[in-house]
Amino acid sequence: MNSAPQNGAPLLEVRNLSKNFGAVQALRDMSMVVRPGEVVALAGDNGAGKTTLIKAISGVYQPSGGEIFLRGQQVSFATPQEARDKGIETIYQDLALADNLSIGANIFLGREPMKRFLGILPMLDRKKMADAARETMALLDFHVNRMDAPVSNFSGGQRQAVAIGRAVYWDAQILIMDEPTAALGVPEQRKVISLIKQLKAQGRGVIFISHNLQDIFAVSDRIVVLRRGVQAGERKISETTHDEVVKLMVGG
Amino acid sequence: MTTELSSANPGRARRQMAADILSKYGIVLAFVILFVALSFAHQNFLSTANLTNVLRQVSINGILAIGMTYVILTGGIDLSVGSVLALCGVVAGSLVTGADPANPALAFLAGIGVGALVGAINGILIARFKVTAFVVTLGMLSMARGATLLYSDGRPIPNLSPEFRWFGQGFVMGVPVPVIVFALVFIIAFIVLRYTVYGRWIYAVGGNIKSARTSGIPTRSVIFSAYMIMGALAGLAGVILTARTTSALPQAGLGYELDAIAAVVIGGTSLVGGVGSVTYTLIGALIIGVISNGLDLLGVSSYYQQIIKGAIIVVAVLIDRSRHSNP
Repeated sequence: MNSAPQNGAPLLEVRNLSKNFGAVQALRDMSMVVRPGEVVALAGDNGAGKTTLIKAISGVYQPSGGEIFLRGQQVSFATPQEARDKGIETIYQDLALADNLSIGANIFLGREPMKRFLGILPMLDRKKMADAARETMALLDFHVNRMDAPVSNFSGGQRQAVAIGRAVYWDAQILIMDEPTAALGVPEQRKVISLIKQLKAQGRGVIFISHNLQDIFAVSDRIVVLRRGVQAGERKISETTHDEVVKLMVGG
Repeated sequence: MTTELSSANPGRARRQMAADILSKYGIVLAFVILFVALSFAHQNFLSTANLTNVLRQVSINGILAIGMTYVILTGGIDLSVGSVLALCGVVAGSLVTGADPANPALAFLAGIGVGALVGAINGILIARFKVTAFVVTLGMLSMARGATLLYSDGRPIPNLSPEFRWFGQGFVMGVPVPVIVFALVFIIAFIVLRYTVYGRWIYAVGGNIKSARTSGIPTRSVIFSAYMIMGALAGLAGVILTARTTSALPQAGLGYELDAIAAVVIGGTSLVGGVGSVTYTLIGALIIGVISNGLDLLGVSSYYQQIIKGAIIVVAVLIDRSRHSNP
């Protein structure tokens, strides 16, 4: 596994990305880099453009200008599906889980595995879904007794693990996490932080949005601060302080 | 709810388990009790003729209710099914009346086609233009009824060809054709919902449309298709109902949306979407059919029947809500 962050060629590079909504410029000339095994935190006040940025990277929004490079190759995504096919997986604030479905169904949501019934009729491969759910969750050291239960039965941290498990199952190289710890109690926050460290150790790149500076300083290698749609600064975590980051966020 | 299973209170857990089982199979139990009670209450209830009649009655509502299950699973509703049924009935009927009737298969397909078309209009307005399903289909309820009256000049279309009437009155190996059609619709709907990707998407859209969309599921197409399927099934029900009666009636299907929704709701499918199945809808349709038939046999006035049916829907929703709400 790649455990030498900072040195590798960039996994993801964003150059001068802009996004307008009508007359409103939500993002302007944003540039950033994510290397393998690196956790990059995005910070900024509400409306600073963090969510716009990750949605532009993950194919939800079409950028109004700028370029995205994946392993040196320029890419553009018309849909989130295309981004996902290239290994960029996003875990949204609202978890993006279908609460009424099982872990397996959620892992495969939108990418359901099929088998041919009697050699012709395309059918859902339910067994594969159940097996994948069990293996993936075991990989994340996550145990529930009822794998077929709808995920609405699980706690916030468990559901976060399901969302991360989905990304891991699909071998995402870049995980974008929007406030993964916001809705959780303290023990569950720790669990998610350790999950992120695990992803990092596996050589994946993580973009991590959070309001919680404690969490950011606990797992990130670098922090990129946005303010009103532009980059207000970028620091190595080892070379900055809470105070400096806060100053960058509020400006002045 | 179920999360409490993990709490360290075995008595409570056991009670919760019992409640879970009851909520899952209570509807089956209710049907069995109803069935047995009516067997004792009236001597003719169990007769072959009566049960055949019940099944034929259930078939029409059952076909509508299956389509309604799809629509409600996506988080929508279709109030227009009764009117669409009537429109498709008169269109099909108009093709097979008089001295030179068309091929019955053509009329059959025309009925379904008109239904699918109307369903597609509903679907486009709801999925593409984001108008509330309630409003769109309420408008369509009126428009389709108006179109029916216009098309038929407000009069029944008599003298339907005997070949066409086979769809409503025929038998195959002793089983009425409508029952066979309903059984086929049920089996296909069941398999599609449970074993295909499309079925999974229906649940996903109803469960969390945002996550479905970000997961790359074509949510608009899924919603659109649910209404189109519903329309086609309303057309199918219209053809069969018309073939059962001897003429195509422009006032057919009045209030049928209520029975269809009732079957779905009694079956425990959540009106919020995402939770439910056609199997329970089938039982819901059987319960409604048996109640209507039983009340008829016992000589209860149809006025009371309407009150009873409406009350059952409200009670079913109340029970459902207490089952799903998190304290």
